[in-house]
Amino acid sequence: MPWLSILIAVPVLGSVGVALLPKGADKLAKQLTLAVSLIVLGLTIAMAVQFSPGSTDRFQFAETYRWIPSFGVHFGVGVDGIALVLIALSAVLVPIVVLASWHDADAPTAKRSVKAYFSLLLLLEAMMVGVFAATDVFLFYVFFEAMLIPMYFMIGSYGGAQRSYAAVKFLLYSLFGGLLMLVAVIALYVIADKGTFMFPELIGAITDPATQKWLFLGFFIAFAIKAPLWPFHTWLPDAAAQAPAGAAVLLVGVLDKVGTYGMLRFCLELFPDASKFFTPLVLVLSVVGIVYGAIVAIGQTDMKRLIAYTSISHFGFIAMGVFAMTANAASGATLYMVNHGFSTGALFLIAGFLIYRRGSHHIQDYGGVQKVAPVLAGTFLVAGLSGLALPGLSTFVSEFMVLIGTYERYVVPAIIATSGVVLAAIYILWMYQRVANGPTAEKVQGMRDLDSREKWVIVPLLALIVALGFFPKPILDVINPAVDKTLANVSVTEFKPAVPAVAEPKGAGE
Amino acid sequence: METAEIIQGAGGAIGASWLMIALPLLGAAILLLGGRRTNGWGHLLGVAMSLGAFVVAVLSFVQMLGLDDSRRRQAVELFDFIPGMVKMGLLIDPLSISFALLITGVGSLIHIYSIGYMSHDPDRRRFFAYLNLFVAAMLLLVLADNYVGLYIGWEGVGLASYLLIGFWQHKPSAATAAKKAFIVNRVGDFGLAIGIFTIWTTFGSVAYGPVFEVAGEADQGVLTAIGLLLLLGACGKSAQLPLQSWLLDAMEGPTPVSALIHAATMVTAGVYLVVRSGAIFEAASTAQFVVTIVGVATLLAGAIIGCAKDDIKKALAGSTMSQIGYMMLAAGLGPVGYAFAIAHLITHGFFKANMFLGAGSVMHAMNDEVDMRKYGGLFSVMKVTAITFGIGYLAIIGFPLLSGYFTKDGIIESAMHVNPVLGWLAVAGAGITGFYMSRVMFMTFFGKRRWAPDAHPHESPAVMTIPLVILSIGSVFLGAYLILGNRLMLFLAPAVGRPADLPGFHPFSAPGLTTLALVAVGAAIAWAKYGRAEVPQVAPRGSFLTTFARRDLYGDALNESLFMRPGQWLTRIAVFFDNRAVDGLVNGLAAGIGGTSGRMRRLQNGFVRSYALSILFGAAMVVGALLYVGTL
Repeated sequence: MPWLSILIAVPVLGSVGVALLPKGADKLAKQLTLAVSLIVLGLTIAMAVQFSPGSTDRFQFAETYRWIPSFGVHFGVGVDGIALVLIALSAVLVPIVVLASWHDADAPTAKRSVKAYFSLLLLLEAMMVGVFAATDVFLFYVFFEAMLIPMYFMIGSYGGAQRSYAAVKFLLYSLFGGLLMLVAVIALYVIADKGTFMFPELIGAITDPATQKWLFLGFFIAFAIKAPLWPFHTWLPDAAAQAPAGAAVLLVGVLDKVGTYGMLRFCLELFPDASKFFTPLVLVLSVVGIVYGAIVAIGQTDMKRLIAYTSISHFGFIAMGVFAMTANAASGATLYMVNHGFSTGALFLIAGFLIYRRGSHHIQDYGGVQKVAPVLAGTFLVAGLSGLALPGLSTFVSEFMVLIGTYERYVVPAIIATSGVVLAAIYILWMYQRVANGPTAEKVQGMRDLDSREKWVIVPLLALIVALGFFPKPILDVINPAVDKTLANVSVTEFKPAVPAVAEPKGAGE
Repeated sequence: METAEIIQGAGGAIGASWLMIALPLLGAAILLLGGRRTNGWGHLLGVAMSLGAFVVAVLSFVQMLGLDDSRRRQAVELFDFIPGMVKMGLLIDPLSISFALLITGVGSLIHIYSIGYMSHDPDRRRFFAYLNLFVAAMLLLVLADNYVGLYIGWEGVGLASYLLIGFWQHKPSAATAAKKAFIVNRVGDFGLAIGIFTIWTTFGSVAYGPVFEVAGEADQGVLTAIGLLLLLGACGKSAQLPLQSWLLDAMEGPTPVSALIHAATMVTAGVYLVVRSGAIFEAASTAQFVVTIVGVATLLAGAIIGCAKDDIKKALAGSTMSQIGYMMLAAGLGPVGYAFAIAHLITHGFFKANMFLGAGSVMHAMNDEVDMRKYGGLFSVMKVTAITFGIGYLAIIGFPLLSGYFTKDGIIESAMHVNPVLGWLAVAGAGITGFYMSRVMFMTFFGKRRWAPDAHPHESPAVMTIPLVILSIGSVFLGAYLILGNRLMLFLAPAVGRPADLPGFHPFSAPGLTTLALVAVGAAIAWAKYGRAEVPQVAPRGSFLTTFARRDLYGDALNESLFMRPGQWLTRIAVFFDNRAVDGLVNGLAAGIGGTSGRMRRLQNGFVRSYALSILFGAAMVVGALLYVGTL
């Protein structure tokens, strides 16, 4: 069964279907979108069940169709554990976002079309699946760029007051990075001279050190803008703050992960020597981003911008984990991508609920929410605690693995990065205190608590965060073999403990 | 250090010891998720879950007593947590079971007491949910068989502490204190985390058994580093210098919280960590020495702070710092000190919880007044509270034959052996303790009544006084039971080792007699100043030293000027820099590529058109490039 083609086709068809609905059938559009996204989720689960982590195949559910034969471009899709968990992340988040966005597109000015918003959402889902599933570098590039279109319109047409500025900034940054990548993709094709863009055949094809470095930079800068890493990050707070909450979730939760995913999949494997050469640079950018993002987050007065800056800090952790090139760090980084999607997703959505009620995104306009809406405040706190990687919540596992894995090879960057745990406590708890604690602000009086639709949005996310926090093994078992294969292609050696403890077999190297 | 082997595959009650954690965790989950529906019986469920854990602890303890010394360390495997790195499991041995008994025993008493204390609070159910959450996390901390499990419990108790300090979060002071506690603790956790990373990279394992077996073979410098990093974690959780500042503010929480978390159990976690990691500290004498220094410095600092506080809870909090300082000192002495550290920890758990709950009973009677200058002469109106509090008071100052006498004396004696300077400083601390605790006792229960006009003090209900009575019985007898015949030392030996020569009990040694004399002098001064003399309702300005102590030895002022204000500036600069410089530079660059920044702004109008243009441009590039490549 061509699982991945179906996973791409279903949301595309759904998107067209929603777009073709008659004008004014807003409710039907929402319901149809929700139904389609749930079908995609169901199909993803069905596919994941059949995935076998121990398989020797590099990619499972692989499909290859010739697309532009004269240039060796294929519609090639397939997943390993890394891609699978990211597709699953997208498939989980979309129905939640649909439900959360129920009223986001209902326009104050009747100019906006509700069904167009939901149609774009489904189109975006198809592309998210496609970008993680692509095994053809050119196809990956196409999805990488095409994803911008629905997101651009979602921000530019449905966002906040500064939406046009934010959307254009988002677009220009991304296009610039995409352009560099395009050049690198074409050069890769020409220099490798394999007559194909298929990723597995391009591994190890570039051997010349200088060429590797140039091509690496082409890919890496595109990914660093996408992720984004410091100092390419300034588009993100604007875009995330202006985007409707649901779009912000997908933007920060999934789209940005394409950057860190690309680093792990394409930078490391296609250009292993260049990756090692540039590791010090990337680690510096990552560590600066971790601390800098956290400090700037502390100083934010706008709830959504604050969350966006925490994400910049978190992307620093992910990139550091990828480039530490140890099994623990890379597995941790992959898990981090998933957990961050849930955690930041929950934070953005709850911030969206708060802003929808109070009509302001300024933190100072809140206070004492806990008293009037305890469930809302409680979920906000749990989501916040996942943002500061509290043990028992899923984000702790990934952050811990990234840090310990980095520490295995790079002690000083890991120590500096660990200071992020203190800063995270400050930005999260201070925000929570200003919003939820203290005497209830006048305009917060009478704020209603979560209704049942909103509970359906937030409870599944928090349940996943808690469940994966206590028992991350199922998802790590899927990720670990894929990470090992990736690192095998980079040919790094695992660390050896100085005084190996006898009773326990060493597991990290596998 | 000779310890017993860890035996896999425990059965019986020990095999089911995970229930100790699961029961209160389940209780917390039911109470939090069940919401208002559970308001009616939530507190009873909370108590039941805590008692359930206590029963499991007692059964495990009984089972352990039936085993030979060599079989008293049992591992309970749970599940694979992080494949290849962490297998989650429990280690039930004399050390962890001692803690489990203290946590669930004193914890259950405090749960019961809270039924009465929180009876008027509309959020009583939530309070019990957090208490249960705390008990679960604390038990994970002490029962886990590896450092990652400990760390999870470690931060879990931090969360519970945060939630409970800020329980009355509509009060800005409570919310701020809660946040401060969490953040300062995270500074400690930063050290603990890096310590764990180093353990992992040095030994390739984070499980106690394997690590301790080979700990001595590691490089001296690495071991010292690990020891100091673990100590930083311990300082955060146990409010030791230099991370002590959060504990006094933590008194914003309801009083049962102060008794359970900020006196009897959580704050002693640092002592547990040092004793548990004995194999590492014993191989790193520098780190061990720093532990004793931290202990002595804190025991003096806490005592001095305790002398100047008029808020009864803060005076007790200063005393807690000080007493944990004693335990730290003992823990840093190696096998000679471990048993005394743990013995003092257990007896302190009883007499300090006793006094905190007594203080709560007084506050309950006095409309939540905490200023001791508004107390006085309460003995006659609340006899049970006064007598039980008095027993706790006598125990903590080391009145002969009461609990604190044996355990504190043990610490002083063993410190004398290792380093007389430390020993004499500990003696001095005991003298100060005699003064400030007598001050609390006299100001509260004796002297003239200085009550507010609307105060009508009365004895608390039985649900509150019965726990007081039970705790005070422990405050009387427990010390003698644990110390005489080295009972606790021999019991703990399979887990932490023991000194080659068992210490004897020397009631008439020079340090012991000096201690008693100093305590008597301290108590006499306190009687003269606060018992016999009139206590002014408004605190006098006091000397420089008094101000110094009142302001917590300027700990907060130091933190503010060293960290907080520079941090605020850094934040402001970073935000400014991010908005102007980074953004400006990159935008400028982008605009430079496209033309001028004016054009960038114009792009905002007619954005759809310009977008289409960029797409067209991009597509043309792709096609052109492909065509070009095709011709090669």
